[in-house]
Amino acid sequence: MESIKCKNLSKTYHGGKKALKKITFSFKGNGIISIIGKNGAGKTTLIRILSTELMPTSGSAYINDIDIIKTPELIREKIAIVPQEARPIHWLSPKQNIISYLMYRGYGFFESMEKAKTALKKVSLNSNLNKINRVLSGGTKRKVLVATVLSSGAKIIFLDEPTTGLDPISRNELWDVLNKLKKDYLIILTTHYLEEAERLADKVGIIDNGKLLAFDSIDGLRKKIKYNYSLKVQGDFPKLKSYHGKVIKGIDNNYQILTNEEGSYILSKIFIKKGIRFSTNQISLEDIFYYMVKKPITEERVEEDEW
Amino acid sequence: MNGKKLNQIIASILINSIYAMKNYPILLINTLLAPLSILVIIVFISRGALLGVGIEGALIMTMISAGIGLQGDLSHLKNDFKLQDMVVSSPTSAFIYMFGMGISELVFSIPVILLLSILAVLFLHLLVIQWIILIIILLVVFLFSISLGFFLSTLTTDVMQSWGFTGLISTLLSTVPPVYYLITYIPKPFQYIAYLSPTTYAAEIVQSTTGYLKITQLNFLLDWIILIIVTLIIFFISIKKSKWRED
Repeated sequence: MESIKCKNLSKTYHGGKKALKKITFSFKGNGIISIIGKNGAGKTTLIRILSTELMPTSGSAYINDIDIIKTPELIREKIAIVPQEARPIHWLSPKQNIISYLMYRGYGFFESMEKAKTALKKVSLNSNLNKINRVLSGGTKRKVLVATVLSSGAKIIFLDEPTTGLDPISRNELWDVLNKLKKDYLIILTTHYLEEAERLADKVGIIDNGKLLAFDSIDGLRKKIKYNYSLKVQGDFPKLKSYHGKVIKGIDNNYQILTNEEGSYILSKIFIKKGIRFSTNQISLEDIFYYMVKKPITEERVEEDEW
Repeated sequence: MNGKKLNQIIASILINSIYAMKNYPILLINTLLAPLSILVIIVFISRGALLGVGIEGALIMTMISAGIGLQGDLSHLKNDFKLQDMVVSSPTSAFIYMFGMGISELVFSIPVILLLSILAVLFLHLLVIQWIILIIILLVVFLFSISLGFFLSTLTTDVMQSWGFTGLISTLLSTVPPVYYLITYIPKPFQYIAYLSPTTYAAEIVQSTTGYLKITQLNFLLDWIILIIVTLIIFFISIKKSKWRED
């Protein structure tokens, strides 16, 4: 069974920038771990350390109980990474791309050729075997990279922002591929698409300013913040005596109230009575993310309402 | 060398030369043109007198080009495709990656090496010992150039930066030093500048071995010592200081 564990993992770059601050988490089994965070939060630094590309400043990290900081060479046969902004090599075909990568992993030429065909079939790219990578669409290029690492025999795969820049259709196609694969692999992916993490992840790590704010399943995260409903108010934000929860500024700087079932019921009644337009939903990862990364602003609420 | 390591070396050769040449055959013409164009100019200007020196120079230039090419190619593969990041996390070591990529540049240069070898057989009429010395020098220059290329490529963060290095190395190692002609053609004070480049020593050894240049035995010995020491220093620096697993 695959496992990953890190304790107090910290990284300070030469310029003094603290990219990671005492990151601690562990996971056992197959599935997808999604690390989410803003740009510059530390996601890539974490992935690069775990994939043995970068040395941490302090702390420990183990993959399948192997100390990857002291003995990275012992784990490299079991891991593979698609780095952020990676692209298949332009002058190769998808098949040639995979064959070359597999040979770096020690496979022979003919074995690599067979594996390349199988991997490309797995991600539905068998019709693009011999086209030149340069002419492929962005989504197809990403699929080539995913096929490249999947064919490697590695059971632990790191994908650093694999869907950044893809159109919604290509993104959905890649999500389908990853969803099918997650039962056989431990995939650690970083993203700033919260929808992606929500769709794919068994565990979500929320990272901000180098700190791991939470590491749990989406249900676990919901429990952690104690609220399970989100009310999005359209128009001017009402001043209330009590918000029965926390007020956050979500996407597009719109106010929303995170509350529980009872609070949602009470607030809905008030809003209907006052003619305030609103929508209510079960709390999403996006709400959780904004709650954790941005400070709740209940304390800033202005004068109390009379009613 | 075990089978796995051999496969890892072949991977670099496939990516950087065989597949590149297969998918874009025009690259073959390009590799032929660079060393041959200077050779043709030198032969025309000297009215054929420097044909032998020019052939030797073109062979040295081909080896240097391998390092220059390696620097650009590695930088391109590292910064634009993130290949190096993917390879760092694989079982391939820095040395095997560098060695494979170095060989890939040599494979890329096979057409020009073959052509120059034919010209050497036809016009140089070398003895076996002269061939041996020529080949050893070419291998040392090759080791020097790929070590330098690998080292510089790991320092670059952008292809534009890499092009800057390419121009610099090309000028310092193959244009300024007397590779295609004799050092005696350079006025005395400027000869000292030429000696800043290791290729000057390589050219002197080859030119004196094949009878085009007369130098003392001490000079000949010093040329060997300096060339080997510089090559070893650059080789070890490239292994030790190159950023593979970053810290």
